[in-house]
Amino acid sequence: MALDLRPLFEPKGVVITGVSAHPGKFGFVAFHNILACGYTGPVFAVGREEGTVLDRPVLASVDAVPDGAAELLVLCTPVAANTEIVRSAAARGVRAVFCAAGGYSEAGPDGAEAENQLVALADELGIVLAGPNGQGVVSTPVGLCAQIVAPFPTAGRIAVVSQSGNFVSSFLNYANQTGVGISRAVSAGNAAAIGVADYLEWFADDPETEVALCYLEGLADGRGFFERVREVTRRMPVVVVKGGTTVGGQRAAASHTGSLANDDQIFDGMARQAGLIRAANIESAFEAAATFATQPLPAGNRIVVLSTAGGWGVVTADAVTAHRDLDLTPLPTDLMATIDELVPPRWSRNNPVDLAGGETRDTIPAVLEATVAHPAVDVVIQLGLGIQGNTAALTRGGPFHPDHGLGRIVDFHEHQERRYAEAADSASRSHDKPVLVASELAVARPDNPLVQAVRESGRLCYPSADRAVVALGHLVRYADWRRRRP
Amino acid sequence: MGTVSEARSRQLVEAAGISVSPWASADDPDRAVEAAQGLGFPVAVKLNGDTVTHKTEGGLVRLGLASPDQVAEAAAELLTGASEGANLLVTQMVAGHRELIVGLVRDEGFGPCVMLGLGGVLAEAVADVAFRLAPLGVVDALDMIDDLGAQALLGPLRGEPALDRKATADLLVAIGTMADDPAVVAVDLNPVVVADGRPVAVDALVELSDGAQ
Repeated sequence: MALDLRPLFEPKGVVITGVSAHPGKFGFVAFHNILACGYTGPVFAVGREEGTVLDRPVLASVDAVPDGAAELLVLCTPVAANTEIVRSAAARGVRAVFCAAGGYSEAGPDGAEAENQLVALADELGIVLAGPNGQGVVSTPVGLCAQIVAPFPTAGRIAVVSQSGNFVSSFLNYANQTGVGISRAVSAGNAAAIGVADYLEWFADDPETEVALCYLEGLADGRGFFERVREVTRRMPVVVVKGGTTVGGQRAAASHTGSLANDDQIFDGMARQAGLIRAANIESAFEAAATFATQPLPAGNRIVVLSTAGGWGVVTADAVTAHRDLDLTPLPTDLMATIDELVPPRWSRNNPVDLAGGETRDTIPAVLEATVAHPAVDVVIQLGLGIQGNTAALTRGGPFHPDHGLGRIVDFHEHQERRYAEAADSASRSHDKPVLVASELAVARPDNPLVQAVRESGRLCYPSADRAVVALGHLVRYADWRRRRP
Repeated sequence: MGTVSEARSRQLVEAAGISVSPWASADDPDRAVEAAQGLGFPVAVKLNGDTVTHKTEGGLVRLGLASPDQVAEAAAELLTGASEGANLLVTQMVAGHRELIVGLVRDEGFGPCVMLGLGGVLAEAVADVAFRLAPLGVVDALDMIDDLGAQALLGPLRGEPALDRKATADLLVAIGTMADDPAVVAVDLNPVVVADGRPVAVDALVELSDGAQ
């Protein structure tokens, strides 16, 4: 039975303690962020100095919060004050505490004792306790940004939990960069009462969440974590990136097996067994999660690479071929015949499909649709788009636009790019297959109309084909894991 | 805690349903010859005892003995200067170009873990290994085989058929069940020879906790 974290992620009303007029203090920042990001429930500031902060009254004590008006308490007050505050808050109807304050187990034996007492108190009061020593909690469905740092992310279907608060921020920054958004995010802090597995179990039942993304450093109970997450992954993909993998290393042992067993290899085997998607780094972890959040699970590993021209198709085919979980499938003969009818004969006639610049205004959407529709194709990677939009950008910025017919051609190019992105999205949706669009313009020119349109379709425009292939490998492997464990 | 003799280790491993090379114990050269005749030549003869470890490095294994005379001579040499309580283990030679290592280890955080690796006696240098937590199912065990890097070594090779993945998965599942006995600290099956595609352990080493020996 998962812990009920609804009062943490969807509270009816929030109280923040430690609010002062100093804009550098955590209490102020948390109060500001909650007010600034669209949370619509009542918000109460509690501080030592009476008066107003951000034009809102500051209450002298949580006792002044109306009964039942707030469910979440964000603690930005020192350790010594918090027991009393939590007890009073629970009496006013608070059901969840996010303890941002530090000074607990990370600070030594006295702090550890205070942490134990806080956990015992939360148990006694029947409330959930997140943190302590965490950066905060974010929940886009209710516009909640109860954190002492930025940013507030664009809304989406990725739920983040991290044993390092700064990686919460990193993931949220990537969300804002790419447009693939976040449902919930939480910094586990010292995870005194609620650990990563508790969050994952709640996310798995959360209708706002499609995939979980987590950063792990240490697991106090590795076996218990394994037993719990292997149930979670049957319902929801969980992407993990693990820090500290090179620490520990080999151990002295009487057996050869013992001397070969290092922590990272055991973690890796555990992750594969549990169906966790283990990413190599923060960036690829986000991209994997963004892929799960925005693409359907593939039925198999048969990949077709589509390209308009150039070496893109060749290097991407190399990357697919080198990937153990992916198959650069031979191009079916009937699909070849279909493409023959659409483009001049100089196209590659194999996988990768390279149109060799032979496309006309309707060819790219038509080839995309025919390829995605084919029953012997599970996934399509589309490359070589954005060129027309890039040309349009140069032309639009040049001295001759819009004369000399340039106005019309720029409009045409930009319109075409949008059509391509829409064709990729629509083929993916109608055939329920992943279609990944990759172009360096995603980062080089995020204003490119192709990149913009892919973003507006809710999907990730991959900054390189190699990164699309890495993300796809995770998608295919997880789909296979699920299929083999019905 | 400590390791037990190969004969005792083989008994524990066989009880878990794992195939080991056919073998017999012998207390003296004459009985070693009888055992070899029963098993069929060629055989290996090894010194056997609870305190006998690192047999290969210590020169305590004689391989490929093809006649009664060779067996008798090797047996006599091994017993010369052997510690008290040690005897001989005679086992059929199993032919195969490929060797695996299969093991069980208890991790502090994750508990019992099964390991599969390539290279057999060279496993530490090859370092191509995969782990799963015990107990594990056949699907997990098959995944584990897929995890190994040098897949080409597992296909048909030099006139030998491909590794029998199902039989190997069954072996991995079986060694995982040995963790059900809390006295079992670690198990090494090293090497496991791939003979005609099937994995056969030709050496076994079980480590038991104190008081369980």
